[in-house]
Amino acid sequence: MPSGAVRTPLLATQSLGLVRGGRELFRDLTFEVCGGELWQVHGGNGAGKTSLMRILCGLSRYGFEGEVLCSETPLYLGHQPAVKALLTPRENLQWHVSGAGLYDHERIDLALARVGLCGYEDSPSHTLSAGQRHRVNLARLFLSSARLWLLDEPFTAIDKAGVNEAQDLLSAHVDAGGAVIMTSHQTLQVSCKVHSLSLAHGVVA
Amino acid sequence: MRRPIEIGNPLLFFAMVVVLFPLGMGPSSDNLATVAPGILWITALLSNLLTSDAVFRSDFDDGSLEQLILAPQPLFLSVLAYIAAHWFTTGLLLALVSPLFALMLNLPVSALGTLIVSLLLGTGVLSLLGGVGAALTVGLKRGGMLISLLILPLYMPVLIFGGAAVQAAITGSPPGPYLAILGAMLSLAIALAPLAIAAGLRISIDA
Repeated sequence: MPSGAVRTPLLATQSLGLVRGGRELFRDLTFEVCGGELWQVHGGNGAGKTSLMRILCGLSRYGFEGEVLCSETPLYLGHQPAVKALLTPRENLQWHVSGAGLYDHERIDLALARVGLCGYEDSPSHTLSAGQRHRVNLARLFLSSARLWLLDEPFTAIDKAGVNEAQDLLSAHVDAGGAVIMTSHQTLQVSCKVHSLSLAHGVVA
Repeated sequence: MRRPIEIGNPLLFFAMVVVLFPLGMGPSSDNLATVAPGILWITALLSNLLTSDAVFRSDFDDGSLEQLILAPQPLFLSVLAYIAAHWFTTGLLLALVSPLFALMLNLPVSALGTLIVSLLLGTGVLSLLGGVGAALTVGLKRGGMLISLLILPLYMPVLIFGGAAVQAAITGSPPGPYLAILGAMLSLAIALAPLAIAAGLRISIDA
């Protein structure tokens, strides 16, 4: 990744504000996310983390103040794993999700192996546990070629080893010039610097 | 198809309702023949209505719909694919088995061809309109009744011309004009309904 490309922000917001049910969740949220950065959104339950993520990825288009500027389509993984119960993990990874990606058979097998689902490629997803379904969802990170990843609680229901591997993947993505914005209640163990965005006080650190 | 029962259900529903009419109205074959076009069309309409609620439901529940909206493919084509799948499993199959039920209701054999063609065209419109209702109500926990109220008025023109085409074939007058109007409705619906469905899905996912 040339150093010039790293400087251009992949995503920029201008004074984002959101009021839900008469409560102001955040206000005047202005930040820029460039390639090579990992941002973690902090905030308690109901602080508006998911609402913020949905605004950033473009699912929420009305009802908030401010502007989101995104230079390319990000990969967004939400709370729901988006894994269809009737399809096998392999088939689930074949249909395209947000952002650009490559979806050939070899890469899908490799991605499933990387998330520890070797041998489960062709069993229907409803026979998998909740954690395994979330792992199928995480496998999408290996297939994605999008530079910006928006991850909403990506470690839900994932075991410790899986979380460590996913964190390594995030580090690698950031080192390769990508950017990650994620919500998580855990302290991240990654090799790169973690930018923190706290919704409780609206502080960008 | 992983769940064959979902294909069978609309057909069984169609069969059951068609059987109900002779039970309620008496089995006199003259009586049945006069109302047969209406019965067949209303039954097709109801079975379409019942299944259209589920078109986007499971995808909304498991988060696939969010990904579909954000995916690089145009949403117009994606929803068209959904509706096509819905039509294949309800409209197309119903149209193909309808001659069987038509004969049960003593519909003249000469009208069977018109019945199939009118159902093929008409159920396409029904699936597209039902998709609009489904897209608007998918965010609601129990959208079943609301979807009926929303789209039944839109179903009426299809029912009028579909029934009239079969009636015309029975009386010996040319059914062509009615079928042409159904075809025009289908063309219009294919062009416009996916836009409305896409917009409805975006609204539902936003709320």
